[in-house]
Amino acid sequence: MLTRRFALASVLLISAHLSPALAQDKLNVVATFSILADLVKNVGGDRVEVKSLVGPNGDAHVYQPTPNDAKTLSDARLVFVNGLGFEGWMARLVKASGTKAAMVTATKGVKPRKMEEGGHTEADPHAWQSVVNAKTYVGNIYDALVAADPAGKNTYQANASAYIARLEALDVQVRAVVGAIPADRRKIITTHDAFGYFGAAYGVAFIAPQGVSTESEVSARDVAKIITQIRTQKIPAVFLENVTDERLLKRIAEESGARIGGTLYSDALTDEKGPAPTYIDMMRHNVKQLAEALTS
Amino acid sequence: MIYDHLIAPFVEFAFMRRALVGALALALGAGPIGVFLMLRRMSLVGDAMAHAILPGAAIGFLLSGLSLFAMTAGGLIAGFVIALGAGFVARATELKEDASLAAFFLISLAVGVTIVSLKGNNVDLLHFLFGTVLALDDPTLLLIAGITTISLIALAIIYRPLVLECVDPLFLRSVSRAGAPVHIAFLALVVMNLVGGFHALGTLLAVGIMMLPAVIARFWARDITAMILVAALSGAISGYVGLLLSYHTGAPSGPAIILVAGVLYVCSVLFGPVGGLVRQMFPGRHLEA
Repeated sequence: MLTRRFALASVLLISAHLSPALAQDKLNVVATFSILADLVKNVGGDRVEVKSLVGPNGDAHVYQPTPNDAKTLSDARLVFVNGLGFEGWMARLVKASGTKAAMVTATKGVKPRKMEEGGHTEADPHAWQSVVNAKTYVGNIYDALVAADPAGKNTYQANASAYIARLEALDVQVRAVVGAIPADRRKIITTHDAFGYFGAAYGVAFIAPQGVSTESEVSARDVAKIITQIRTQKIPAVFLENVTDERLLKRIAEESGARIGGTLYSDALTDEKGPAPTYIDMMRHNVKQLAEALTS
Repeated sequence: MIYDHLIAPFVEFAFMRRALVGALALALGAGPIGVFLMLRRMSLVGDAMAHAILPGAAIGFLLSGLSLFAMTAGGLIAGFVIALGAGFVARATELKEDASLAAFFLISLAVGVTIVSLKGNNVDLLHFLFGTVLALDDPTLLLIAGITTISLIALAIIYRPLVLECVDPLFLRSVSRAGAPVHIAFLALVVMNLVGGFHALGTLLAVGIMMLPAVIARFWARDITAMILVAALSGAISGYVGLLLSYHTGAPSGPAIILVAGVLYVCSVLFGPVGGLVRQMFPGRHLEA
């Protein structure tokens, strides 16, 4: 009897010791892909431990979740998704993992662009390609983090406003660089049209040989159309992308006489050594590549 | 009008010409190989081998990107290892060759997929499975044409023992020791052609341009020479019509080529003069003396 009471007391004592330690532990959150994870990191700072399901250079359109991902999800307090149909595999994964984590849709409040895709229209999910939308993402991330961890409100607020200031500076910079390109040369071809929001926000026409998703395969008709279009509209540059087949673009560039620009990053960041390890780096890199290919 | 539909696409666009040249070269090399595979009742071996080269090519891709050399070398090595390994197990143990081949290609496939996912970078497997016949560049075309040239020369050299092994392997064994080396050389040719086809059509469809023309040829000819000619020809027609189909209707190119071959196959089953269904229902008059 005595020993049992002693045991109970010691358990209570230990857990009382542990609970402040737990509170100091980082908030476990999951983001579906690397760009979103970067935004969450910038708002969460040291209080938040962010995991990205699709890693750097991965293609979230055709991602195959692993059992490990289900485990990651079930350990998380918050799950950040892009929404707008970007992560088609997410609903199944959430169901399979049985996670209790709250789902946060980062694009809430973003005005979605419609895309023609195989005859029917659907929302274009690549909203982060406009810096203005990225600020909306940051707002949603901030709200979710404060709701899950009210004690960190001051930290999150400081982080979010500092980061939004950096985003605003980035927005000004992107506009300045694009503005320096002659208006009739602001059109390019790239592998998949992830740049609809970028184009609409900054006035560059992006034309893609494939649809909005990397899931569909190109036909000879598509390629012929693109080449004809480059020739007739005198499009100055073709860009490769880090997640789809570059051999096809090289072929198109060679045949149409357009210049091959550097790599643009659309759906995924690079690792630390690459040119786009963060969202801001990615946008700077992309706009620099555009300017180099289009101004000459 | 006819010119616009049938010829203009190839005159106007270099990528269509390249795709056509690639498809013709593949048909010329893979067709005859397919005929021998079919005659030796190894039609499904081509399928197994095509799956076996996938992981090799995927490893090559992971090591050095979309490099022609790395993917070709990877595919060839994986294919040879599977072919020789399965052959060795079949000779050294009780297991028959088809069973050991099945085991080897399944293991190889699983290893490949595991390596791809361990690396964490999800390769767009569609490109591996369906290829990019529209994106053939000079080195790839040279590779495919080279493989075809080597295949045809090698087939000419080993033609006699190969035909004998199809028809009467026991007789071949009694008069010559050429059986085993010829068998290995032939498997090497199968692997090479599948790797060549892999660049244009991907692993799933490469075996299609090899086997479908061969099966079609079976309905049109009785002797091997004629079968080989029909196979190469029907492969070439499939390539040409398939590309046109893709150009005019927007169907994906690789599958379109194989689908045309599939249509030819159905027509052959129905109307082929050698054992076609219609022919069996309405046999010609018996020749009577």
